[in-house]
This record gives sequence, structure tokens and C-alpha cells, in this order.
Amino acid sequence: MAASCVRTVGSFLGKCTKCSSSINTVATQVLLSRQVCVSSALCRKNLAAAGPEKFTLEYIQKQVEEYEIGKRHLANMMGEDSENFTQEDIDKSIAYLFPSSLFEKRARPLMKHPDEIFPKQRAVQWGADGRPFHFLFYTGKQSYYSLMHDLYGKILKIEKHQDRLRAKGLFSQDAQLISLGPSRWLTKEELELLLVETISTHDYDRFIKLMERMLAMPYSSTEEEFVQRYRRQLEAQSMKQMMPPLEKDENGVAFSTAEGRRKTSDSSVILRDCGSGHITINGQDYLQYFPVLQDREQLMFPLQFMGVLGRFNLECTVSGGGRSSQAGALRLAISRALLSFLSEGDGEAMRQAGLLTPDPRVRERKKPGQEGARRKFTWKKR
Amino acid sequence: SQNRVKLFPLAHVDTTHFYVQVMLHKCNLMILTCISFQACHSEKHLGQYYTLPSAHIRTLFPSGLPWRYQQQVKTFNEACIMVRQPSLEVISYLKKTDYSKPALRYLFYGQKGTGKTISLCHTVHFCYTQGWLVLHIPDAHQWVKNCKELLPSSYNASRFDQPLQATTWLRNFRLTNERFLSKIKTKHRYMWTKREFTEEGSLLGELVDQGISRVKSSSDVVGAVMKELRLQSGQPGSDFRLAVAVDGVNGLWGRSTIKKEDKSVDPEELTLIYNLRKLMRNDWTGGAIIATLSQTGSLYTPKSAYLPQELLGERGFDSMDPFIPVSVPNYSEKEFESCYLYYMDRHWLQHPQSRTEEGKKELVFLSNRNPSMLDRICGFL
Repeated sequence: MAASCVRTVGSFLGKCTKCSSSINTVATQVLLSRQVCVSSALCRKNLAAAGPEKFTLEYIQKQVEEYEIGKRHLANMMGEDSENFTQEDIDKSIAYLFPSSLFEKRARPLMKHPDEIFPKQRAVQWGADGRPFHFLFYTGKQSYYSLMHDLYGKILKIEKHQDRLRAKGLFSQDAQLISLGPSRWLTKEELELLLVETISTHDYDRFIKLMERMLAMPYSSTEEEFVQRYRRQLEAQSMKQMMPPLEKDENGVAFSTAEGRRKTSDSSVILRDCGSGHITINGQDYLQYFPVLQDREQLMFPLQFMGVLGRFNLECTVSGGGRSSQAGALRLAISRALLSFLSEGDGEAMRQAGLLTPDPRVRERKKPGQEGARRKFTWKKR
Repeated sequence: SQNRVKLFPLAHVDTTHFYVQVMLHKCNLMILTCISFQACHSEKHLGQYYTLPSAHIRTLFPSGLPWRYQQQVKTFNEACIMVRQPSLEVISYLKKTDYSKPALRYLFYGQKGTGKTISLCHTVHFCYTQGWLVLHIPDAHQWVKNCKELLPSSYNASRFDQPLQATTWLRNFRLTNERFLSKIKTKHRYMWTKREFTEEGSLLGELVDQGISRVKSSSDVVGAVMKELRLQSGQPGSDFRLAVAVDGVNGLWGRSTIKKEDKSVDPEELTLIYNLRKLMRNDWTGGAIIATLSQTGSLYTPKSAYLPQELLGERGFDSMDPFIPVSVPNYSEKEFESCYLYYMDRHWLQHPQSRTEEGKKELVFLSNRNPSMLDRICGFL
């Protein structure tokens, strides 16, 4: 269909002689017969201009029903109780029935509630008479502006409250500020999701500034619930390291066990408070296992840093990886095991020295079209 | 168990008088001793260093000391050996043995770098100062590998000669046992070629010179020397004691990498090895055999092997059995202290951290008190 097709209405009519009734209706409607030149480029749909796919409400409701029915079927298939079939159970069943070895988790088969799959869309904003429901519709960003309007209303309310208290003489400057706990403001993307419309960076900044202004005012704790809607809790960043427990074996000697990993090596260390500085790795003497000085220095680092060189007995097991990564894994395991014998300050010092951080470097994969992870094939000019 | 050993009763030897050179030793700090030679080998001086006179080094050990130790001797301008338990044990046995009984075999064994060769050298030096005849093979592994010239033996067609190694050894032997060469006389007649022969009753020195000058028959000369000494020691007429010291004795019964026309040669087919094996048998009297196991130079043995049974193999163990195994461990705490103080005294440890207590603990950790490892680490401090 590359060539432009010249369609003549008359010739079109001429061909279809059999369907007389249709011709008649067409003939009555089409009063003029004109050559219409239509190029194939125009016939193609402009996909970009259409925007994200719009789903109707009925469609989504139908999807929800199908999902529920499918959930019951799946529960029956797996022999589970269909009433208490949670999303976790669904995930496990799908992974069992459709095993996939794709690396990208998002490309694997999934079955989730339509609300999580289909993006949230705004329902139709105007009624049958064409009149919009929201009073701020013609701003273009109705949810954003309504939010700012509400926020300002709250600010005015707080100020009124302050005035009332001032009138009564009970005003105090530093009373009842909101305590937010470890949390952060919603990011711009999250706010867009909440409001189901796009906002610019400038708008977002203004929103945050207004929120901050409200928080800075005394007596803002009355609006705490409103503010918390727009904050996300941070995961409790435990400053405390997970230290292995200190146990006592039958001879009364205190010992602790810890594990460590580096690249592909796994190691586990039992640190005993004996006082002899004897070290065994996989049943072998550490001088035989690590003939290279560098590996033994790695083992020595945590103990020397803390100044407890001759105090502990180490019983280590290590597997996988190469010489250097085994030494690194052992070092991490020793540092972790040492935590339970030391004070808080020492533990903090170790953390700052980098002894407790697992090394995230792993071997980078080789890409196709290149010789290695980064190395390209030899470039030949011709 | 690993060591099937039949211990002979060690009777006290009656005091035979050999000339003893009384050595003056350097007296430095508390750890180095300033004592006469005889007293030097007693339990009281465990962990202390004693100096080997340089004249002795030149004669006794033209190539017997480990390479790194030779470098150290050159650097420090003196050769100091620590008195340690294994060598002291063997020396005490040597002092007490009855030499009319067959020769006892002592075997130093241990992990890599614990000081077996140095213990052997210490014992050999003791024997030398006691006036014994020392037959020292610095490294038996050198005779089973890297052979540049291999000749079919003139004596026995199925065997092979190694003229280069034989001549080197004969030269060293001549240097070490100068004073015996003009004293011992041969008991047999040896014919080297149709026209050359050594008469019965000629001096050992002549035999050795014959071997050095006629390179082709040097391996056979070595065999002859060994046979003569073996026969003569312990006889009522001889006034010497024979000390056979072999380093890396497990090479005698191992495999070899020498190839003759793409066929690898069995050590048994080498004249030198064959004769040495005969010497290692305890069918002669009036001396002792002191040997060391060594994995470092050995061929086709796993790195973790250090016990006699593993390194000697079936045949070797059966040949050496019965022997007295002497284990050479890493330094004890006292010995480590002594070594550390020695290095400090010689200003070998330059790094300021190494002079502190923490530095010492680090050295202990990094070397696990292994002598050679400690030496290597201190080398760059």
C-alpha cells in the first residue's frame, strides 16, 4: 500500500452493483463524488499522540471479576482453601505452574489484582451536561490546586486557633509542634501517583515549601493526620549492628559464631576467648592454607585493629571463590564475630574502618558483542 | 601409627678422646652465649644462638646450607645457629651411642620451613668438631632432576652416570675431609678402564683425585668411596667415625624427571642413587646416618605431605625402617623471642613498628612462628 491510492467514489459505487440497498443509502448520503487522495502515512494511527491506553471503568471492573474467579480456580487447582488464598500464595502457585528462568523478574508471568496492574486513571470529570464536577477543573491541574487550596485553608485555621489562644492568653511559642518521626516527604513521582496527574518540579517545590511553613507554625499538631498522609516512614535505620550472641561452651569458654561473604566465597568463623591465638582453616593450619602474606594480613586486620591479637582462637571454614575472596570473606566474618566481645565504641570504630561492610563488588557479566565485560573486540579500521 | 620404629638400647659410650677445637663464641646480650663448644650442646642453652666459625663454614658447607641462610651469613658476616630441641636430641643420642652396633638412622621431619636443614647442619657441625668423617649430600633431589649430562655407566650397562654431579660432590668431599684423605687406604682394587686402575692400599685422596680428573668415571669413584668408607668404618683398625648426612632423603625413593630418549629414568638406574641407597642401609657400624625429609625439592609429591610415610613412600619407608624420627616444629615462644632479639641485635628490623610489642604480636601472627616465614617477613622490615 505504498503508492497512493486514488479512490473514486463513483468507481466504488460502480463495483458494488449487487448490494443495491446499501448503494442507495450511500448514494443519498454522498451528494458529491470527489477524488479523495489518501496517503498511507495518514492511514497509520499516530500512536504517540493517543497517550497511555485508556481503560473504561466497566473494563476494569470486568478485569477485577475475572481476577477473583481466577483466584478461586487457582486455589482449587492447588488444592488450597479458596477463601483464604492470599496474594503470596498466588505468587507461589504461579511460580510453580509457570516456571521461568528469565533474569528480569518483571518479565516473568504474574497474576495480581487489576488495581496494581492498570495505572490509575481519572474518571470522567464532567457530567452529562458537559459541566465539570470540580470547581478548579479549568486550572488544568485540579487535584494539585485543590490540594494547595486545602493546605492554605489549614494554615488559616491554625492561625485562627493561635489568635483565639492569644486572646485567651494561653499562647506559648514552642508548644505542640508536629513530631514526625523518621519519615520523609513524598517524592514528586509518588505525589503524581497520588494526585493522578502530572505536576512540574516548580509546583512540587511550592507544595513542599508550604508544608514546611505549616509545620514551622506552633499548634500545627492539630493537622498531624493531614500531614502524615503526605509523608513516608523511613525504614528504621538501626544504628546498632547486628552482633552475634555470645555463647559459652562446656569448658566455660566464651565463643561467638559469625558468617561472611565476598564475591562467591562463604565463610563461617567461631571465635573462642582462649588466649592462645591458634588459627585453623578447614582443619588446616592457616600458614599452609594461605601461603601468601597478603591473605594472612587480611585475616590479621580486624584483630590487630582492636589490639586483641593473641587473645582469640579461630576455627574457620571457608568454601568457594578464590584465594583473595576467601580471605575477604573470612575477614568480614572475624569482624562480625568480634563485635560481641567488644564495646559499642569499638564496634563503631570497626564500622568506620570499613571492616563490617560487605564488599558489594561482584564479577560483571560478559556482554555479547564484546570480548569481556568492558573489553571490546579489536577495532579494525577496514 | 605413622612411625614403625624399633628403638635400639642406647648404651653409654666410653669416653674416647677426639681432639676438640675449643671455639670462642661471641658474647652478645643475654641471649647469645659465650661458652666453650662442648657445653654449648646442652639443654641449658636451648633457644640461644651459637656462632659457627667461618673457616668451618668454608670447609664443611661449600653448598650444604640453605640459600637464604647463606645470604644471611653474608649480610651479617657471621653464621649463627639457634640451639633447638631436635638437633640437641640427636646430638645427645650421638654422644651416647655404642658404635660397635649397626649405624642408627635419624630422620628430621616437619612442615615446610621449620628448620630441618639447619638442624641437620648443626648436627653435622657437631660431628665435624668431634672429628668424624662427614659424608654430606646437600640435596639428594639435585641428583634426580635437571641432569644435563647422562652417560651410560661403564660399570653396569643398565645404569646411568651423572658425571657433573659426581665431580662436584667429590670436590666438596675433598674439601671437607682433607685430613682423612691421606690416612685412609683402600682395601680393594678398582679398575676404571683397560689401562687405569687403582691399586689396593692406595690412599683415599688418590681415589678422589682420580674421580675429579677423570670425569667419565666419577660416578663410579663416588660409589667406590662410599663402599670403602662403609666397609672400613667400625673396623678395629680404623680411627674415624662416619657420619652420613643426606638432605632430602625422600628423593632417593621417589621419581625422577630425568629423561633418556623420551623414557623417564627410574632413580634406581642412576649410579649415584644406587650407591647412596646401599650406604643408607644399616649394615655397617661405627657411625650414624642423619637425614632430612624435604617436600620442597621433591618430585610428584603433594604440597601438604610432610610425614615420613607420605614422603618416603612404601619402598623408602621399608628401606629406612627402623629409624628414629625427630620432629622439627615451629619456634616455641622462647625460641621466637630469641630469634626476634637476634634480629634486633643485628639491626635487621628497621621498621619502627617492629620494635614495639604490637609489632611483635603481628610478626607472631603473620609467620605463625615458622622460622622461614619469619625470616622472609623480617627481610623487608
